[in-house]
Amino acid sequence: MTALLDVDRLTRRFGGLVAVNELTFSLDAGEIVGLLGPNGSGKTTALNLISGLVAPTSGQITFDGQPIGGLPANRIARRGIARTFQLVRPLPSLTVIENVITALAFRAEALWGKPAEEAAGRYLEQVGLTVRPGQAAVDLTYIDLKRLELARALAAEPRLLLLDEWLAGLNPTELRAGIKLITALRQSGITVLLVEHVMDAVHALCERCVVMNAGRKIADGPTADVLEDRDVVRAYLGEVDA
Amino acid sequence: MTRALWLALVIAAVAVAVLAYMPSQLGPYPLGLMIGIMSYVVLATAWAMFSGPTRYISLATVAFFGLGAYTVAVLGDYLPYPLVLACAGLVGLVVALIVGVFTLRLAGVYFVVFTFGLTELIRQVVTWYEVNVTRTLGRYIFLDITTEQIYWQLLGLAVITIGIAFWVRRSRIGLALRVIGDDEVVAAHSGINIPATKIALFGVSSMIMALAGAIQSPRWTYIEPSIVFNPTISFLTVIMALLGGANRLWGPLLGAVPLFLLFEWLSAHFPNHYSIILGLLFIAIVFALPNGVLAFGEGLWQRLRRREAHS
Repeated sequence: MTALLDVDRLTRRFGGLVAVNELTFSLDAGEIVGLLGPNGSGKTTALNLISGLVAPTSGQITFDGQPIGGLPANRIARRGIARTFQLVRPLPSLTVIENVITALAFRAEALWGKPAEEAAGRYLEQVGLTVRPGQAAVDLTYIDLKRLELARALAAEPRLLLLDEWLAGLNPTELRAGIKLITALRQSGITVLLVEHVMDAVHALCERCVVMNAGRKIADGPTADVLEDRDVVRAYLGEVDA
Repeated sequence: MTRALWLALVIAAVAVAVLAYMPSQLGPYPLGLMIGIMSYVVLATAWAMFSGPTRYISLATVAFFGLGAYTVAVLGDYLPYPLVLACAGLVGLVVALIVGVFTLRLAGVYFVVFTFGLTELIRQVVTWYEVNVTRTLGRYIFLDITTEQIYWQLLGLAVITIGIAFWVRRSRIGLALRVIGDDEVVAAHSGINIPATKIALFGVSSMIMALAGAIQSPRWTYIEPSIVFNPTISFLTVIMALLGGANRLWGPLLGAVPLFLLFEWLSAHFPNHYSIILGLLFIAIVFALPNGVLAFGEGLWQRLRRREAHS
């Protein structure tokens, strides 16, 4: 079986800093994989490289058999990769519904007008967000903004979904709801790569994890094994027997 | 189509019919005023079409306006009039596309400064060409077009411009522009081709501005760069669109009508202090009504209704 996403020796430099250094991993269709690592280890940059927000300095990204490294973000989006952002990015001058329609109107199989409005309602329902018509996106609470971002990402009907700390900042009740939501996505066959610090969520959701430190991959394997790995523990907590 | 839309269309048709009939009732001075108003309605609406949602403040309005006028001055004697107009629109479009490719990557204040510089550049190039190649600075335009015909053409252009603005607001490209104005990163990740969207709208908007200049040029009879590339036209366009509200369909129109009359009155009564008053007004509008009169009115209306609901 060939991989849906294949990242090969991906590197990105910012001046003298190598944010992502020779990163290699792959995702099979239908997998939910965690991308872990301490702060500043290059996880978000890795997502940015895959989604096209920044271009790689070197290395290859192959999605569904096609090279996508360095393509503009809008073309990568149309090939079926959607994402959420670490800091939520609602479109402030648009209504909640229009925020979701944005994803529908410019995806490969575009929807517009009445069908788009109806579909937008369905995606909002899927993430558990009920809004009154004409409600502005800026008036939502934090958890609802996160829901909105997920609805917008799902509305693109992606084959690969990139979640950048989507569960961060939620209270325990909201966190349970969030984990349930992503688990439900698994049934739809979508492939998910999630950057996450909330370990309960990682345990509950990811069968496999890739761990980064200082731009490099230091571990890749089943979640339980990876989290016991000596290098991973050292990266998070410092030297064990110091 | 909904009933509200039909009603709006009927009202618009009646309004246009009344406006079209007006020249027969007006003397030359009021007709001149009407032409000025119509011209700024076109310019402000075309400006807001691009700059409203994207928040790219363009000061290049007069660059395209002047290019349109010059196209008529150069080609007027050689080609039939409709073809001359088509060429003027085409010149505006082509220059906008070239400029757009290079500049629409600039953001914020850099874009503002660039568009202002562009206007000066075009004016200086035209001046240089006229002085060094054709050896005369000014040009005469002798076309057999009456003032009434100019008015009717501008009225037609205004109807078309508002029609295009209406269509853009309801179409996917209109949504794309608003998303770009809000957050370019989200826009790109939603699949929006940002450069293509911006350039397309900038091109259409600039073409309309060039046509506005072309249609009015026979009225001046004599043109030279300092007349048709007068930067005040750019500033007035911006201030009118901002006063009415650049994100509303009728905003630019509502800003253009009163401000044009006010400026006309000011330039007649305070010719020496006109620029100072213009600047002060500009500052006052940006400070007091950053989103325009229409948005301000809507906000007020909502606050009143909320208060009623509470009491």
